[in-house]
Amino acid sequence: MERDDEASGPMMEMCTNGGEETSNRRPIISGEPLDIEAYAALYKGRTKIMRLLFIANHCGGNHAIQLEALRMAYDEIKKGENTQLFRDVVNKIGGRLGDKYGMDSAWCEAVDRRAEQKKGKLENELSSYRTNLIKESIRMGYNDFGDFYYACGMLGDAFKNYIRTRDYCTTTKHIIHMCMNAILVSIEMGQFTHVTSYVNKAEQNPDPLDPIVIAKLRCASGLAHLELKKYKLAARKFLDVNPELGNSYNEVIAPQDIATYGGLCALASFDRSELKQKVIDNINFRNFLELVPEVRELINDFYSSRYASCLDYLASLKANLLLDIHLHDHVDTLYDQIRKKALIQYTLPFVSVDLSRMADAFKTSVSGLEKELEALITDNQIQARIDSHNKILYARHADQRNATFQKVLQMGNEFDRDVRAMLLRANLLKHEYHARSSRKL
Amino acid sequence: MIGVMNSVEAVITSIQGLSASSEDLSALHDLLRGAQDSLRAEPDVNFSILDQLDASKHSLGYLYFLEVLTCGPVSKEKASYEIPIISRFINSCDAGQIRLASDKFVSLCKRLKDHVLELRDPLRGVGPLLTAVQKLQVSTKRLTALHPDLLQLCLQAKSYKSGFSILSDDIVEVDQPKDLFLYCYYGGMICIGLKRFQKALELLYNVVTAPMHQVNAIALEAYKKYILVSLIHNGQFTNSLPKCASTAAQRNFKTFSGPYIELGNCYNDGKIGELEVLVVAKSGEFENDKNLGLVKQAVSSLYKRNILRLTQKYLTLSLQDIANMVQLGNAKEAEMHVLQMIQDGQIHALINQKDGMVRFLEDPEQYKSSEMIEVMDSVIQRTIGLSKNLLAMDESLSCDPLYLGKVGRERQRYDFGDDFDTVPQKFSM
Repeated sequence: MERDDEASGPMMEMCTNGGEETSNRRPIISGEPLDIEAYAALYKGRTKIMRLLFIANHCGGNHAIQLEALRMAYDEIKKGENTQLFRDVVNKIGGRLGDKYGMDSAWCEAVDRRAEQKKGKLENELSSYRTNLIKESIRMGYNDFGDFYYACGMLGDAFKNYIRTRDYCTTTKHIIHMCMNAILVSIEMGQFTHVTSYVNKAEQNPDPLDPIVIAKLRCASGLAHLELKKYKLAARKFLDVNPELGNSYNEVIAPQDIATYGGLCALASFDRSELKQKVIDNINFRNFLELVPEVRELINDFYSSRYASCLDYLASLKANLLLDIHLHDHVDTLYDQIRKKALIQYTLPFVSVDLSRMADAFKTSVSGLEKELEALITDNQIQARIDSHNKILYARHADQRNATFQKVLQMGNEFDRDVRAMLLRANLLKHEYHARSSRKL
Repeated sequence: MIGVMNSVEAVITSIQGLSASSEDLSALHDLLRGAQDSLRAEPDVNFSILDQLDASKHSLGYLYFLEVLTCGPVSKEKASYEIPIISRFINSCDAGQIRLASDKFVSLCKRLKDHVLELRDPLRGVGPLLTAVQKLQVSTKRLTALHPDLLQLCLQAKSYKSGFSILSDDIVEVDQPKDLFLYCYYGGMICIGLKRFQKALELLYNVVTAPMHQVNAIALEAYKKYILVSLIHNGQFTNSLPKCASTAAQRNFKTFSGPYIELGNCYNDGKIGELEVLVVAKSGEFENDKNLGLVKQAVSSLYKRNILRLTQKYLTLSLQDIANMVQLGNAKEAEMHVLQMIQDGQIHALINQKDGMVRFLEDPEQYKSSEMIEVMDSVIQRTIGLSKNLLAMDESLSCDPLYLGKVGRERQRYDFGDDFDTVPQKFSM
């Protein structure tokens, strides 16, 4: 598994915890409570910090997890140069982790001073490059500025500077570099419309791109679609990601995430044939699904109509998915859609369905199930009617012939009424017009 | 004196002489028009003169005299004296003759209406006015100025059936828009009284969508009733007016009918409790518009609409469940509502009293009987006839010189180029 290649530092810690080799094969996103260290180890850069802070904010009352996340965030921030985030984290910790994790004003001042100096230096360099009009140097200058602002956490300025390099890009590689930077900053800022436009810009490049870059772009656009609630498009993008990507994009997304997001979105939005073709039979995506075996199992269960176990997996994954920074807002909608699809799929092959058995399969009461089915019937997603006395659902296929006759009669009557009203109105208008013109004349 | 009497005598003689053929009648008409003012000035002209004339043969002359005799302020004595005279005249007069002086006839009939209302006995006027309308009408497709008066009397006398018999004519041609507004408004109210909500909806729709430049009070009241009737009949409320309504209407109706629109929106949500609270809160305004009865009918129709929706989803349902879902008090009330709906033909169902279950059935109409074929055939024929009318009207309009003149004037706006000249050059100004 790819994770063995990764920085073995955190892995060794895990081994000492678990003491067995199988512990590094333990899936990270699973039904069990989240292992923060392992989770954080999947990412690098700013997103690691943001994810840890997100977990700390959203873990409910679980102080142990919160403190653990904050501690790791503190350590990570200290490795960087973002003093604003540092101050935030210290406030959140509030002294609960002892002196070692308190406010380090000396460090803050030192970092700020360094930042000022660096900024001055960069400005001088940039102005000298600009006077010399060397395209490549100006590009590098703006790029460095972008990196600098990004490290300090001033994302808006970082974005502006990355964009400014556009005028000085000469090769495909430069353009790709600019697009990737812009995408990264936009994702961090949460402005996913920019993400989509820069992904398009990068993909429109006439030269063939490196497959890893293509995979990265697909991930980014998948994320953008997910945020815009276009689950079907998001699923398609994620499912097309090349497994060679591995961890190379972990400043944005980890392969486990690709599997989870792709799997859940596909389950919520694809129909049966697409699900089989693009997910279950997809050899490439299988590599990703190996990382989150519970998602793999639940997709297979859904396809083979083992709804009870599918819903069980979903319920167990829910707590951890709610801690994910991108999926958080969409968990409920996706789960709702998956459940609805399951209900519809269950009733599809049958002429009559015993509601009590169906309620068992879906782990709900008969009256609750009746209400859910009522909503689906009203939306016209199930063609059936409920026999509330015997608690049976009967499929009902509309009689086309009768419906046609009814429609014809109705249409005839409507035409009659509308045309007569129209003739009357035309008459009134004509009368009024005559009256007006006779007044004029 | 004799000279004066002579002129009156002369008029009477001319009437008696010239009432036979149509050329004579037009001569007589001119003469009468000329003599009108002098007759009015005559103090001696009284009802006994009318004995010399025959209402059916000398209708035109009789009409002129009668009109002169009955003008003046209305009073109870005058009313009770004049009503039988006018009624007899209307019943026996000749339709052809009175159509020559239709405005006089109309004002005479309006007099009758005033008298009848003065005596607070509208029923006396219904019969005569009904005859009057039938005689005055050139064709059943044409609206006369008497239609709204007749309908008003029918409403006040609560004789809805006679009013309805007039309403079954399809009105296409109209002289005065104001007549149409009143006709449709009163007609709508009569249909509501007879619980024929479909026809009421049609009539009120005509008022609401009629062309108008400013907001018309009649149209506004009609709109309020339109909302309520569409709730009762269709079970739903659309916030926007039909597209063919005039811009004045679309902009202004909503501001003046606030409580009704709130009622409509609340109805769409389907919750009885909230609807009833709203009705109580705004009952003052509904009462002022005299619509409170209609509003109550709308509220009770919400139960029906909710039960109807249940038939789409359920095959069988217990009465208690129906009561719970529709927010009725108990199963007994639910049973009553369902029974009423079955009798009205709104749903098809079987009530099993032993289990307290209702079984909803499909519409048993199979569209295979000969009656149904006849119905379909008549609908098709009607549609064909209407299409022909529409095409004929379109053709006649394209030949209308006024229309062509307008298009010719605005030729610059619709510049189609030389090879696509729809209007001959002679019409451009």
